[in-house]
Amino acid sequence: MRRLIVILPVAIFAALIGVMASLLTDSERNSDLSRLPSALIGQPVPAFELPAVTRGLPGGFSSADLRGRVTVLSVFASWCVPCLAEHPQITQIAETGTPVYGLNHRDKPEDAENWLRRHGNPYTAVGADLNGRASVEWGVTGVPETFIIDASGRIAYKHVGPVTPDALNEKIMPLLRRTRGG
Amino acid sequence: MKILLGLLTALVILAVAVPTAVHAYQPDEVLEDPILEARAREISAELRCVVCQNQSIDDSNAEIARDLRLLVRERLVEGDTDEQVLDYVAARYGDFVLLRPPWQPNTYLLWLGPPIMAIVIATLMVLFLRTYKSRRGAGLSPEPLSPDDRAELNALVERVTATTRPGTGPSSTFRAELADGLRHLDHPKDEDDSAQKRHSDLDRDTRS
Repeated sequence: MRRLIVILPVAIFAALIGVMASLLTDSERNSDLSRLPSALIGQPVPAFELPAVTRGLPGGFSSADLRGRVTVLSVFASWCVPCLAEHPQITQIAETGTPVYGLNHRDKPEDAENWLRRHGNPYTAVGADLNGRASVEWGVTGVPETFIIDASGRIAYKHVGPVTPDALNEKIMPLLRRTRGG
Repeated sequence: MKILLGLLTALVILAVAVPTAVHAYQPDEVLEDPILEARAREISAELRCVVCQNQSIDDSNAEIARDLRLLVRERLVEGDTDEQVLDYVAARYGDFVLLRPPWQPNTYLLWLGPPIMAIVIATLMVLFLRTYKSRRGAGLSPEPLSPDDRAELNALVERVTATTRPGTGPSSTFRAELADGLRHLDHPKDEDDSAQKRHSDLDRDTRS
């Protein structure tokens, strides 16, 4: 009994250190601080309706447009530098035939139009979220974010931050294939 | 000195001014109904700003915090209860936005950890104090020396006093006192013959 009293605190402390060390050194978990589990994975797409950014851009879309086939929703803004960095990858996704919808987050419509004219517009449709209200429905914490929506209109995956070429090839593309196949 | 005084004044001003400046809500967000607004403020203090992480949306200047503050007010105006508003936001941003984690299986350890630790520590402390006390209690009344031990001690004392010639310096005086004290401790009449004999025997042994 007495021995237990001596050993127990030490054992608990050692166990605690072990757990903390394993969590701290778990590179998978720590590689991306923004990796918060999204509450929306597996949920149907939230109800929203976005107007077109400008008359010159194809767009305006709503929840209904994201049902019936696998789609990708990309949250972007012209003022967002990482969005420019991921733009080639977003374009690549669109080139595989998957419709990509652009949620233009808190942007000036003219800026958004100019940006897309200059860098190319891969989007099936672009919607203007001028006040960030639709972004809140999507649980967006920042731009850019990319969602994969399955054919039944449920959110299958959420990527926080720019889609780098690595992220595209190792995560997004395989997931898109699997989502389309399943 | 002047610089020091200036620094001190600046610190005092900062200390006084900062706590009053933490609320980030803008005048245009405030609802007309003061009761609804008070509820909105309360709910805002419960919601984490997801990009600043350790601030509530009530404290944060981030754009998303403002969006969420407006959303909270929008839900309240539409008649949601406080609970419904919190659920609405948590459904979109996860339990992570709730600064007060909900009571559910994956937070049991979080909620129960501190009280369990407190109980464990309190129990250990009581156990420790109890053994400590009983040990100290035992130490206050030591068992009397066994006859053998007493005899040995006496012999030792006799030897020390016997080797000392009276009045040969402070050390001999000290030994005499020690011997005297020990002799009178609980055996005032220990200068019996056997002890005398024994000490002279021992004495002879050491000298030879």
